[in-house]
Amino acid sequence: MPIDYYLNIAASGLLTGLVYGLAALGLSVIFGVVRVVNFAHGEMMVAGMYGAVLLGGWLGLDPLLSAPLMAALLFACGWLLQRGLVNKFVERPEHMQFILLLGIATILVNAMLMLFGPDARNVQVPYSFDTVEIGSMLLDAVRLRAGAAAIVVAAALFAFFRFSRTGKAIRACADNPLGARVVGLNIDGLYALTFGIGAAVVGVAGALMTLLVDARPQLAPEYTLLSFIIVIVGGLGSLPGALLGGVLIGMSEALAGFLLTPSMKSLFSYGVLIVVLLLRPQGLLGKRS
Amino acid sequence: MSGLSGMVPSGITGRGMALLVLAALGLAVAPFVADRYLVSVLTTVLWFAYVGQAWNVMMGFSGLLSLGHALYVGLGAYVSAALFVHFGIGPWAGMVLAMLVSVVAGCVIGFLGFRFGVKGVHFALLTIAFAEVARIGFDHITWVGGSGGFFLPVEAGASDPLNLRGSPVLFYYVALALVVGALFLSRALLHSRLGYQWLAVREEPDAAEASGVDLFRARMTAVAVSSALTALGGVFQAFYFNNLFPEQVFSMGRSIEIILPAIVGGIGTLVGPILGAFILTPLGEALTFLIEAGGLDLPGLKQLFYGAALVVIVVFRPEGVWPWLARRLRLVRQPGEGA
Repeated sequence: MPIDYYLNIAASGLLTGLVYGLAALGLSVIFGVVRVVNFAHGEMMVAGMYGAVLLGGWLGLDPLLSAPLMAALLFACGWLLQRGLVNKFVERPEHMQFILLLGIATILVNAMLMLFGPDARNVQVPYSFDTVEIGSMLLDAVRLRAGAAAIVVAAALFAFFRFSRTGKAIRACADNPLGARVVGLNIDGLYALTFGIGAAVVGVAGALMTLLVDARPQLAPEYTLLSFIIVIVGGLGSLPGALLGGVLIGMSEALAGFLLTPSMKSLFSYGVLIVVLLLRPQGLLGKRS
Repeated sequence: MSGLSGMVPSGITGRGMALLVLAALGLAVAPFVADRYLVSVLTTVLWFAYVGQAWNVMMGFSGLLSLGHALYVGLGAYVSAALFVHFGIGPWAGMVLAMLVSVVAGCVIGFLGFRFGVKGVHFALLTIAFAEVARIGFDHITWVGGSGGFFLPVEAGASDPLNLRGSPVLFYYVALALVVGALFLSRALLHSRLGYQWLAVREEPDAAEASGVDLFRARMTAVAVSSALTALGGVFQAFYFNNLFPEQVFSMGRSIEIILPAIVGGIGTLVGPILGAFILTPLGEALTFLIEAGGLDLPGLKQLFYGAALVVIVVFRPEGVWPWLARRLRLVRQPGEGA
């Protein structure tokens, strides 16, 4: 019996972790190409959550269907943000970029606090209490759908970077900005596109997250930090690493919440982060620079 | 290059000195002319100026971005408060241990960061991670109240400066002394061998190392000085407010509030953090006042304003208000200008 228990918890942690991983993918894409750390990442994710909550409330839309809409909306926001502000900071010192995005994050989270209030809001879906039996495991239907959707989006992102011309151009920018400019790529345009893609990905992750967690403004800084932890654990600039890191953190959180108290679960993620920084600072799948 | 070069003024002009003395005199007599509310606002201003100065030692002088300074405030506050409540040891003795604990925490973070080559943004993240671990950890330490908060005994009308118990005016002067002390310490440090090493490490770490600066040691001392100073700010906070909650003391938001004065005023300058605190806190207070006068209840507006201030400053005055103001009003001699 106990082993089934652990398996069950690990499996639901894995599914949550896939959504975490998807959010971290967005951060990793932006950092890997634009070389700017998006400190407003969790804030964008929670914006995606509220979008899904509102659409769910007004139109009764399932978060899985709100997700593409949130992707489009956040793509536009990310694109504009990069064009309007962040692009001026690409060549500036690191701490300036950090402070700029910290300011944007503070504005976003407090704007959401003023708009939506501090109380938790959720989306009603008909299958919220359904469970699916797989072998000896009982998994929540919401978790399975969120995890599956995260895999689909991540796969689409991998395919885009691997096979499409634009994806290849973006990778060229990431590898060698100067070389990319020399061969005639529009770096500023590609940077804006990349920031938009990263924001869209985290918007989808936010919409999916509403299936698992109620939306609250206070989640935003937590998700920013969580995405950072995942990206560093998985390895900077490694997209599979971000997904792997997400799964790892998701599972360790789930187990920690079960073995210790739920309020201490994020302590565990920070523990994982510190251990990884010590033993393998380049991350699990990262390359040593 | 950290982009901070040329921010150490080569000297203050007569006009600048006159203004500085005038400001100091004004602050010294303020409690005799100001009412209770104004004194409390000024105390808050001075507190933020002080912790801003302490943070400036790391970021401004040595180029180490710490976004977890709430950790040192919190450790200083909790250690001194626990000593006072549980063992009856007053803050003047307790602050030694408070600073020590804070320095040890800072050195652990610094060691992990510098030893394993955690740089820039990753170092900042490491500092956040430790502050967050402390926040969650202190929520579960029932010896100091856990998440329910830790309270210092308050006696109405008590006047016991030996235990830092007394009127708001006492706290005002303690805060003023902290700011003035930190100003002179920062100045002395900047003009010492260590200070020049810090600036070298900030600007060109590789070149500094090549000319014989021990990078690890220079950075560790910066962390140690900064965390010790910040811990004193925590001791002050504990005895001034008489209550501590991990969710507030160690929060990410608090860490951001600590970095704001120096960023707005001017990172790496001596006057910047003080000026920044004098700009931000009164504006925040005025905003709160206006919201309340308008009968509105908007809990996030003040923070939203701080966020907007960050963006505006970093876009339009990236080097901060003080260097710009000092140039415009000719308060400091520009490099190359004769004495």
